[in-house]
Amino acid sequence: MPDIAQSPPVLAPPTETRAKPRFDETILKYFTIASVFWAIAGMAVGVLIAFQMAFPQLNVEPYLTFGRLRPLHTSAVIFAFGGNILMATSYHVVQRTCRARLYSDFLSWFTFWGYQAFILMAGLGYVFGVTQGKEYAEPEWYADLWLTIVWVAYLVNFMGTLARRQEKHIYVANWFYLAFIVTVAILHLVNNVTVPFEIGSVHSYSAWAGVQSALIQWWYGHNAVGFFLTAGFLGIMYYYIPKQANRPVYSYRLSIIHFWALIFIYIWAGPHHLLYTSLPDWAQTLGMTFSIILWMPSWGGMINGMMTLSGAWHKLRDDPVLQFMIIALSFYGMATFEGPLMSIRAVNSLSHYTDWTIGHVHAGALGWVAFISFGAIYYLVPHLWKKAGMYSTKLISVHLWIGTIGIVLYITSMWVAGIMQGLMWRAYDEMGFLTYSFVETVQAMHPYYIIRAVGGVLFLLGVLIMTFNIWKTIKTPDAAENEALPASPAPLPEHA
Amino acid sequence: MINDHEKRKEIDETSGVETTGHEWDGLKELNNPAPRWWLIVWLVTIVWAVGYWIVYPAWPTLTGHTKGIMGWTQYDKLKREEAQITQRQSVWLTKFRASDFDQIKADPGLYEFARAGGEVVFKENCAACHGSGGEGRKGYPNLNDDDWLFGGTVEDIYHTIKVGSRSSHPDTHQTLMPAFGRGGMLTAEQVDDVATYLVNMRAGTGNDAFTRGQAVFEQNCVSCHGAGGAGNRQMGAPRLNDSIWLYGGDKASIVQTITNGRAGVMPTWEGRLSDDSRRQVAIYVHSLGEGE
Repeated sequence: MPDIAQSPPVLAPPTETRAKPRFDETILKYFTIASVFWAIAGMAVGVLIAFQMAFPQLNVEPYLTFGRLRPLHTSAVIFAFGGNILMATSYHVVQRTCRARLYSDFLSWFTFWGYQAFILMAGLGYVFGVTQGKEYAEPEWYADLWLTIVWVAYLVNFMGTLARRQEKHIYVANWFYLAFIVTVAILHLVNNVTVPFEIGSVHSYSAWAGVQSALIQWWYGHNAVGFFLTAGFLGIMYYYIPKQANRPVYSYRLSIIHFWALIFIYIWAGPHHLLYTSLPDWAQTLGMTFSIILWMPSWGGMINGMMTLSGAWHKLRDDPVLQFMIIALSFYGMATFEGPLMSIRAVNSLSHYTDWTIGHVHAGALGWVAFISFGAIYYLVPHLWKKAGMYSTKLISVHLWIGTIGIVLYITSMWVAGIMQGLMWRAYDEMGFLTYSFVETVQAMHPYYIIRAVGGVLFLLGVLIMTFNIWKTIKTPDAAENEALPASPAPLPEHA
Repeated sequence: MINDHEKRKEIDETSGVETTGHEWDGLKELNNPAPRWWLIVWLVTIVWAVGYWIVYPAWPTLTGHTKGIMGWTQYDKLKREEAQITQRQSVWLTKFRASDFDQIKADPGLYEFARAGGEVVFKENCAACHGSGGEGRKGYPNLNDDDWLFGGTVEDIYHTIKVGSRSSHPDTHQTLMPAFGRGGMLTAEQVDDVATYLVNMRAGTGNDAFTRGQAVFEQNCVSCHGAGGAGNRQMGAPRLNDSIWLYGGDKASIVQTITNGRAGVMPTWEGRLSDDSRRQVAIYVHSLGEGE
């Protein structure tokens, strides 16, 4: 084993970078603000389509119909809000834990503007009816090609930074970020193999057809959840929770085991989206059983995050940022238990195609992804803008509670609606006729759709409160012009 | 030789656990083992999965895939479940097939069976146009009233469901309301007069326009709609002297209808619904407004 003294950074910064600050924090500010912007945009569209479900009159032909706005919502919250916060945090974490500036300033800015351009390309396409019709892979070939270039730039920039690290070991958060970047690249390339209709056409034919296409699509779709929304955000968790709690990570060994288990097993789970379809029985079985085996590896991240607080539970009492992170882990644990449960054939025959699935997704998306992101944003903003803390701790608490109530309204209404739907669809009377027609099941959903929309409004309101808080924080006078920051986060003073 | 990080291992004060000796940006790791319960539950899920692979079709092989010891397939499961449902229906179905509409009507149990089946068929297939209660809407006839374009006996309804109107069926009902205004058969004034006549028809009296309109009506419309607008089912020409209007009974709507004509379509349901289902839905529709 080489001694640490013998492994100096290979890419030691030459003299010209001496003039630059040690870390590139400007780029992090841009990504952070972009993620907040897209959160508001994406969630506002989510609220609109939730109301469209309850009140179909709100569909405006042809551009603002549910069919076009739904991918706009999912792409905006997953890829725009989620993607920007992943880039913000990964660029932050990799610099801090490698003690190295980002590999290339050009690539940093290219990934920022290139990624925003991709989001606009994709979103405008949906509104004008340009889509591949593949869930979470709706952007057409030209946007896909552009994203490929941006993503390679992101990978090079991230790996280049890792390569010039001044630490011998690579911190666990970076494993998760790297797994996320690499796997998303593979998924994207394979699922989007298409041939344009003709030269100059924005539309394209998929290279895949039939059940193979379905299987590839859900291999992609499920691992978009697994690597974009799970592995990437576990990267956030592994840096910001120990930082905010000022405690060591609970178990190094657990992090290694659950990391490798997660990435090896997740990749098999896609077929559980295709139970009771024309996908062969054996492939369905594999998808389902690997989903069950995936339960504990998923929970490994929750355990490691929660147990990191052991000995520091008292901090949870008055630190709403830590509360965001721990509630996020709780929803993560709940959703990663519910997922395997729903992949069981018997459960899936009831839950599939119902709103239960929508509720499940949002338990993960609102509870885990968004909440851990908010926690990271509340950590990042005072850190990046060199303030003593957020403008108002009380407003962080208000955001926390209003958001949590929103999630609870959302997921409970969708549980009830989904299970009711499933039971109504399969109900036969004693003469052997369906008890309910489809339209009657739609009517029965009406009150739950309203409750869901109200939950969405509350959640969006929370984000607007956060935005106000961020704005006021940035506007407060600087705490110190000192570049060097304390290793532990500054305490949160009470302003409000 | 001791690794550098070995030297930097320390005991965390709060937990009393040793760290791994790594440190990044102030972050350290404890050297706790993975929780035992976690490993055990994981092992249980793996054992369960292996058991499931033995019982159910699971792994691809060079020549196909493992079948599982129960020989389970989703298609067999579907067949079993369908058989259960058909079993419930078959109690009635034999008798239903052997009975004509009158015999069905005379047997309360059988009639209830037919109506229940028809209601399901109606709500899944017909409600989109005719409304979930058969109340209809503009361009789509109300099925609860006594106004029937092609006849309201259960046989008539059964026939209409079978052949449709202006459908692809060779025996379809063919109706034609020409575009009198747009086609130049009537002037705009004449169209307006006829509309005035029709709106006031039931009151029976009117001004000059009414009288002019009546004359135009008698020359151009009675051949299909009958004297006094009594309607003609052979031609599918609606009765015009009642207050039921398929495309609206206000003057503006009537002007619109006469000017541009109408050509509503009802598809043929032969080939899309089984004969059992078509007979059931005919009985159901007939029951809505007590038919004819």
